[in-house]
Amino acid sequence: MRHLFRKVIIAGLLSSSLTTAYAEGEQYFPLQSYRVGPYAAGGTGFFGGFIDYMQHVNQQGGVNGVKLVWSECETEYETEKGVECYERLKGGLKGAPAAATNPLSVGIAYATLDRSRKDKLPLITINHGATASTDGRVFPYVFPLQLNPYSEVSAIVNYIAEKAGGKDKLSDVKIATLYHGSPYGTETNGVLELLSKEYGFELKLLEVPHPGNEQQAQWLQIRRFQPDWVILRGWGVMNPVAIKTAKRYGFPVDRIIGNIWSNSEEDVRPAGDTAKGFVSITTHPAGTDFPVLQGIKASVVDAGKSDLQDPSRFGTVYYNLGVVNGILNVEAVRLAQEKYGHKPLSGEQVRWGFENLNLDNKRLEELGALGLVQPLELSCYDHEGGGAVRFQQWDGQAWQVISDWVQADRQLLRPLIDKASAQYAQENGITPRDCAPI
Amino acid sequence: MSFSTAQILVPDRPVASRLVQHKRSRWIGWVIGVALFALVLPLTVSDYWFSAILIPLLILSLAGLGLNLLTGYTGQLSLGSAAFMAVGVYTAYNLDLRVPELPLLVSILGGGVMAALVALVFGLPSLRIKGFYLLVSTLAAQFLIQWVLVKFGWFSNYNPSGVISAPDLSVLGFEVETPRARYLLTLAIVAALFWVARNLVRGETGRRWMAVRDKDVAAATLGIALLRTKLLAFAISGFFLGVAGCLWGFLYLGTVEPHGFDLNRSFQILFIIIIGGLGSLTGSILGAAFFVFLPIALSNLAGALPVGTVDNGLLENLQQVLFGALIIFFLIREPGGLVRYVQRAIQYVQHRLGIARNSG
Repeated sequence: MRHLFRKVIIAGLLSSSLTTAYAEGEQYFPLQSYRVGPYAAGGTGFFGGFIDYMQHVNQQGGVNGVKLVWSECETEYETEKGVECYERLKGGLKGAPAAATNPLSVGIAYATLDRSRKDKLPLITINHGATASTDGRVFPYVFPLQLNPYSEVSAIVNYIAEKAGGKDKLSDVKIATLYHGSPYGTETNGVLELLSKEYGFELKLLEVPHPGNEQQAQWLQIRRFQPDWVILRGWGVMNPVAIKTAKRYGFPVDRIIGNIWSNSEEDVRPAGDTAKGFVSITTHPAGTDFPVLQGIKASVVDAGKSDLQDPSRFGTVYYNLGVVNGILNVEAVRLAQEKYGHKPLSGEQVRWGFENLNLDNKRLEELGALGLVQPLELSCYDHEGGGAVRFQQWDGQAWQVISDWVQADRQLLRPLIDKASAQYAQENGITPRDCAPI
Repeated sequence: MSFSTAQILVPDRPVASRLVQHKRSRWIGWVIGVALFALVLPLTVSDYWFSAILIPLLILSLAGLGLNLLTGYTGQLSLGSAAFMAVGVYTAYNLDLRVPELPLLVSILGGGVMAALVALVFGLPSLRIKGFYLLVSTLAAQFLIQWVLVKFGWFSNYNPSGVISAPDLSVLGFEVETPRARYLLTLAIVAALFWVARNLVRGETGRRWMAVRDKDVAAATLGIALLRTKLLAFAISGFFLGVAGCLWGFLYLGTVEPHGFDLNRSFQILFIIIIGGLGSLTGSILGAAFFVFLPIALSNLAGALPVGTVDNGLLENLQQVLFGALIIFFLIREPGGLVRYVQRAIQYVQHRLGIARNSG
């Protein structure tokens, strides 16, 4: 028994270093996924949608004949494991070159910022990431697609201003922000303080230590502070706990605004009826009516091949974000193929595809994703592209969209981003690229 | 350590020859270890092994060693290890940032010294309280230090997310760029500190520590100053942990965030020395190897299964279950830690080769 065990371990270690013959016509996506731990709901939903979309693309013959392949490595949302996975998977799979990494964790993204540049492998941080990486001059390989953390906060403040009757009324408003104790959570504190100075609202920042299943102290402080709004910058289990604890301390749930990672069904359902009225932002609606989702349903879900363990999660916020992420990754590969040829591409070539992404409503309609993905135009200077969100409210059963697109003040925030990226460039000895004028 | 008074008093064999043999087998172990880590591995393994397995293995060994000096040799329990690592790396980062003239090694040294000072302060309660109560009081270090690093932006040079990135690394004019170079630098520092630790525990300091560990009242009556001995152990342990923190941030991850040095990391280091072997230098390495290798091996094993045979989520959870079960298995079979397995294996080999018989 003991010998067998030892042999099995050795075999496992060896199998990781063995490479087999080159597979023609395959493009590889290394997935640093997480299916265990406090953030498993986010991980399984997001990677489930991403994988299902790739299956759907393969069913339709791949990207110009190039099939997509992928393999997973569990990170548990932990930086060290994410780095190990990155190193393990970056070299491709059986000869199929890696297109881009999508770790869905700010900590892992930070730890692989520098590695991505050296390895020439795009790092995609959809709706999150290091804000400074919006500046493509300093971060050619990093893409915080759709919405970076600063834009997100700015859009929320703009929404609050709208509710208060204009930005000049913000000086009478008190806002508390409850943030997750991680690089992701702290990312926006500086910009919130700046906006508070700019508009004169009173701000209180409260940290909830990871993973966030104990928040009484924080909500007690919120009760003393008596804010008009609470911005919930949560993740995973922290969200339902926040909603339940708010109720216990008598804070109205419809005055809590969930940010982009506090906006899923999994965040509100565990809180039960208490969550009714909870507001959050989103870059994409939940739902299954979009043609692309119907396509996935027909070719993948109904065929019993879905990556989701629980089919009822089809069309939820996390799942749809995975689909959106899949669309953006595949579109980048497709675009890069137009330039470099219909064949498996290197990370460096796919990078060009990301940087030149230009999805207008016409193209989105062709993809069956009109209304699911916001129009997006990236450039060397701007690796974010969108910067708009909509607000949605939980009615106890489903999310109802309650606002039109609310745009972030991207012009106001840009100098901050430039400053942060310049600091990074200086600390790391990077000479920024010269982009064409804006 | 394996040299008990009973053995020395056994008259049938001359003590001197056994000492020679003892030394020789020790030396063989060191030579094999150095040859493996410094010659064989750097020439044979891939970059993946350097950056994902060997570097964290060495650094966790060093952290384990730091805690082992305090817990295994001096008998003082601590859960502040990760915090001292954080102090080390944040000090080194700030030294490097604010005094750019300082060479990298001096910054790392500074990180270690600062961690030693902080550990000294948090070691003060050890004079009054013992055992699990001391363990709980070191939690204060863990929470306070992490809170300070998050609360005051100065420490992370006002980076928005609180994450700092490693400076450009160069030692004596050499750029430490490739994974192999980073590995060799890590190895050099870790090996040097292991050598220091070995001399410490074999010398007067180590004997004082062990006397305090075994019975502090008896040690005090023998004239050993408890205050100095315990605080020295805290300081030296802090120094080792501080350096380990610097290596973790600079040479392994390349980034540092306060949350990377949370209570879980402290527990991990404690488990490393419990699994590896309390009061053993080799035990620190074995424990670290257990914690680095096994999860990766399990994950690779799972990856080798044909796609679709087992649900992915279930597979990940099964790995955790298996890892936990292995920890329990090893501890039940040998509470002395992995180091006892190795010692038994060596004895077995010596017995087979007839070394033990012929040397008398």
